Amino acid sequence: MSKDNKLSKIFLNGVITENPTFRLVLGTCPTMAVTTSALNGLGMGAAATFVLIGSNTVISLLRKFIPDRVRIPAFIVVICTFVTMIQLIMQAYLPSLYAALGIFIPLIVVNCIILARAEAFASKNPVLDSAVDGLGMGVGFTLALTLIGAVRELLGNGSLFGVNILGESYQPMLLAVLASGGFLTFGLMLGVFNAIMNKIRLKRIREEAR
Amino acid sequence: MLNLLLFMVSCVITNNFIFSRFLGCCPFLGVSNKVETAVSMGIAVTFVMTLASLITYIVYHFVLLPLSLSFMQTIAFILVIAALVQFVEMFLKKASPSLYSALGIYLPLITTNCAVLGVATLNVNNDYNLLYSVLNGCFGGIGFLLAITLMAGVRERLESSKIPECMKGFPISLVTAGLMAMAFMGFNGLVK
Repeated sequence: MSKDNKLSKIFLNGVITENPTFRLVLGTCPTMAVTTSALNGLGMGAAATFVLIGSNTVISLLRKFIPDRVRIPAFIVVICTFVTMIQLIMQAYLPSLYAALGIFIPLIVVNCIILARAEAFASKNPVLDSAVDGLGMGVGFTLALTLIGAVRELLGNGSLFGVNILGESYQPMLLAVLASGGFLTFGLMLGVFNAIMNKIRLKRIREEAR
Repeated sequence: MLNLLLFMVSCVITNNFIFSRFLGCCPFLGVSNKVETAVSMGIAVTFVMTLASLITYIVYHFVLLPLSLSFMQTIAFILVIAALVQFVEMFLKKASPSLYSALGIYLPLITTNCAVLGVATLNVNNDYNLLYSVLNGCFGGIGFLLAITLMAGVRERLESSKIPECMKGFPISLVTAGLMAMAFMGFNGLVK
């Protein structure tokens, strides 16, 4: 397999095959908490992507120096460094987004996706592959969050990225942007996603049988 | 006194860590298959959250603030919590083997439970004093225990019901949690 092919495979693995939100169902807390609007979902996804790329790269560089027994604390320190960086950057340049995401920015540290990728991928693979894996996972996470955010914003507010779409006559379904709406929307979307994946799998099996 | 009481009730019910703050959803969805394990997990989390609130308060106000290192908050807190969880694990192993075997596998998981780091960060963000911080940790933990136990009770029943193929597992659990969160919203008028 050529180099480019391998990298694009790693990238697509994160975006689709092992999508952290819809396939692995990791990092559910920010997924439901910040997706009250598409923009918040996008912002959270971008912050997590930054941390994923950074931590994957650094952990992959250090993978031969970190002793096996203390690897988890070491990974957490690396992840934490990047989280603090993005926290300070957002506080300085994007104060309104920082205020909207609130406590969930420092909580990126305990987002299972990031530690899981460090443990499962970055600690075993070369630097470029790990960075691409971080990018793929990050993009997958961002897409999922933006999608959930868009659905909730559209239902609960009648708008998309802050622009009113459904018009004045639309009676907003407030529930969608409240806490319970987060669980409901995510659960139903996950169900739809599973249904589509099952259909695709069935089709593939039938084609192979033919 | 009344303020304190209201604060405790709001921590458990109206500001429930799972249903209104979305903190600690991973263990909430992951370990709520059986009531027994859910209760063990809930107790372990309550215990660690209380201790973590106490210790992070001390670390923040007596170490980070005097040295003006408050930008190191996240990194300091997560290390303190990781060390605390490790310590609790070692202590329980020696002091109470029966409790240790009940909580055993869940303790290491608590380090990456966002409710624990979340409560520490919330305490700092809201400028709670020592008493309120510890109460927030303790009663927040009890709220988590309540939520995860209720959820496990519902999920035990779900096992034996007919669910569409695509909704099995996580999706139906999330929808259940959504309905429970809606019920909890009914308490909103209880505490201002």
